[in-house]
Amino acid sequence: MELLRIATAGSVDDGKSTLIGRLLFDSKAIQDDVLSAAESVSRRQSNEYLNLALLTDGLRAEREQGITIDVAYRYFNTAKRKFILADTPGHVQYTRNMVTGASTADVALVIIDARNGVVEQSRRHAVIAALLGIRHIVVCINKMDLIGFDQQRFDAIKDELEGFFNRLDVECAHYVPISALHGDNVVELSDTMPWYTDGPLLQHLEDLEIMGTPLDDSFRLPVQYVIRPLTGEYHDYRGYAGSIRSGSVKVGQQVGILPAGKTSRVTAIESPDGEVDEAEWPAAVTIRIEDDFDISRGDLICAADGVPRVTQEFDATVCWMSERTELRQGAMLRIKHTTRTARAMITGLHSRIDVSTLSVDPGCQSLALNEIGRVTVKTSAPIVYDDYTVNRVTGSFILVDEGTNETVAAGMIGNPRFGDFE
Amino acid sequence: MSAEPASASSIGASHSAELRALESESIHIIREVTAEFDRPGLLFSGGKDSIVMLHLAVKAVKPAKLPFPVVHIDTGHNFPEAIEYRDRVVEELGIDLVVGSVQEALDSGRIPPSTDPGGSRNRLQTPVLLDVIREQKFGAVFGGARRDEERARAKERVYSFRDEFGQWDPKNQRPEVWNLYNGFINSGQHIRVFPLSNWTELDVWRYIATQKIEIPSIYLAHEREVFERDGLYMAVSPALQPEPHEKVEVMSVRFRTVGDMTSTAAVPSTADTVEAVMAEIESTRTSERGQSRADDRASEAAMEDRKREGYF
Ligand SMILES: Nc1nc2c(ncn2[C@@H]2O[C@H](COP(=O)(O)OP(=O)(O)OP(=O)(O)O)[C@@H](O)[C@H]2O)c(=O)[nH]1
Ligand SMILES: [Mg+2]
Repeated sequence: MELLRIATAGSVDDGKSTLIGRLLFDSKAIQDDVLSAAESVSRRQSNEYLNLALLTDGLRAEREQGITIDVAYRYFNTAKRKFILADTPGHVQYTRNMVTGASTADVALVIIDARNGVVEQSRRHAVIAALLGIRHIVVCINKMDLIGFDQQRFDAIKDELEGFFNRLDVECAHYVPISALHGDNVVELSDTMPWYTDGPLLQHLEDLEIMGTPLDDSFRLPVQYVIRPLTGEYHDYRGYAGSIRSGSVKVGQQVGILPAGKTSRVTAIESPDGEVDEAEWPAAVTIRIEDDFDISRGDLICAADGVPRVTQEFDATVCWMSERTELRQGAMLRIKHTTRTARAMITGLHSRIDVSTLSVDPGCQSLALNEIGRVTVKTSAPIVYDDYTVNRVTGSFILVDEGTNETVAAGMIGNPRFGDFE
Repeated sequence: MSAEPASASSIGASHSAELRALESESIHIIREVTAEFDRPGLLFSGGKDSIVMLHLAVKAVKPAKLPFPVVHIDTGHNFPEAIEYRDRVVEELGIDLVVGSVQEALDSGRIPPSTDPGGSRNRLQTPVLLDVIREQKFGAVFGGARRDEERARAKERVYSFRDEFGQWDPKNQRPEVWNLYNGFINSGQHIRVFPLSNWTELDVWRYIATQKIEIPSIYLAHEREVFERDGLYMAVSPALQPEPHEKVEVMSVRFRTVGDMTSTAAVPSTADTVEAVMAEIESTRTSERGQSRADDRASEAAMEDRKREGYF
């Protein structure tokens, strides 16, 4: 069965958690004891109705404050598909947790409160989704019950969003008017909005044709570590363990080894279920090659043609995620890219993007929490990469503070362009 | 509408692709830890999740031997079948076993006796676990928890940072983007790693079935003396005796999870094969923990509170 990873996006209180609760509830994915626990909390909070957000807002603080703080992952399936739902927080303070949930998603489910329309945080999340290269966007215009199921209001919000997505160079597949609270147009079409006939949300999620990630089908295998059993039986065994991040590999195939720039031939592929002749994304494998090269963690085995680039300095777009510090030119950090860890220096901070207007501030001196900017990074060891727009695995990295060990940035190599941002 | 839960037959062979994807993701995580940490440990209770996790760890490093020990926190109230299974697997694989004993910690006065209902030693495992992590200088500890088990677990990262006190701070977790895991720690801190984060209970069973992994006999239906307490069937054992008013009966039961005998309830069942167990789980309307864990009923946020203190 196909697996679809969905992340919610949108501003605080727009109804993301309620919608996920509704999807789970109406597709009978909530077990009785879990439901009755939510009902009893809902009663204690004197809600007039069952607060469906309680099905995903699992932390004490979330229940007390009525907001989502960190991503919740939920799993459910229909006859057609298996879904992993990442319900992310809308509050601006927790944007990095939204980035966490969205970074692995195939689909961004953008939720807008029909009363407020598109607000800054909706735009910020849309920009992040676009930057992360999420290629499917589905918009739910929610709380239609509170605006009398008004089609004109729906159309106006849809128009505004369409303009924004155009500038982001992303395409939105569907706009669905819903009431997450009451379930209108979520799993079943509702007769409250006879003007809407395009099918309920779940049907769209089931039918979306997933464009495979990663985008590139050229073989990439970052070496995680070298397996050397050093036993009598496996005396000369030397296997390179790693996950195929894109493409496929065959026994006998010519492969490149970077950054060394050597080539060799694959002599054996070990899959989780034993030896195979061929393996493809996303298998975790162990590969053996003909030559006795010095290969270790951080190196990359790839197709001999269409090799990635090797560099110690590159341009990237970063989303800054630290509350404690700001990013400035000259900053010294640690970088983690595929299986390589190195030191990184920010040699250039070029611009910051205004997520509301998509305009660019080239004179910026620093990036603060949740800000997105364009930088140049210099590394202490060679990085083997593809542009993020081509390969989400070999094009992504994180930056880690050397003092506090916190993850301070998510980065994408290359120059995704949209709006005035290029 | 197509919103009906998928039936076993409609899933059929086609689920193998998604199981393979889950398997590869878990192996990837285990390899990251094996490569980056000097000394990880793998929590192994003889329960189905830790059995699958160990199976994956063996695959991750094969044909080499598992380069780290497995760790069991022994409450002294374990199912004998689980202990027997543990010892056999450890011997077969030729790997090291580290046992943290709750009984010894009680006897030596290191921890005070349980004040929980029924004398459950569930909570007492936390200080013993943290002692073992300190003594063994583990920088990373693999746990078999899954996000679909419980709402606090649904919030947890794959690499979950623990401070010097073993505490989890759910309001301040490290961002975890793509598959780039941040395992940087200072001495005294550690990372709990959950390779099965994205597996559901049924995924675990399907994997056990397709890989033909042996499991302790208590997971399959068998006759046992039980008594009813708070709507759950508890097994009679040296650790847990019925009150005079609680009637003991012999029933056909199986266990859906395996933990401390004082807090793990039995499920009435005649499912005596893995396939039959899967069919029952697919049709039940009660969650794994709701059906079998007395400890989670203590309060609304029982799991979150335990996890904050350093629980599994
Ligand atoms: N009337 C009405 N209320 C709704 C609807 N959807 C959500 N709500 C209410 O809006 C409030 C916020 O909903 P949540 O689902 O918690 O919002 P959220 O987007 O998850 O918020 P954060 O996670 O904090 O960003 C709750 O009180 C919901 O009951 C709707 O369709 N109609
Ligand atoms: Mg929410």
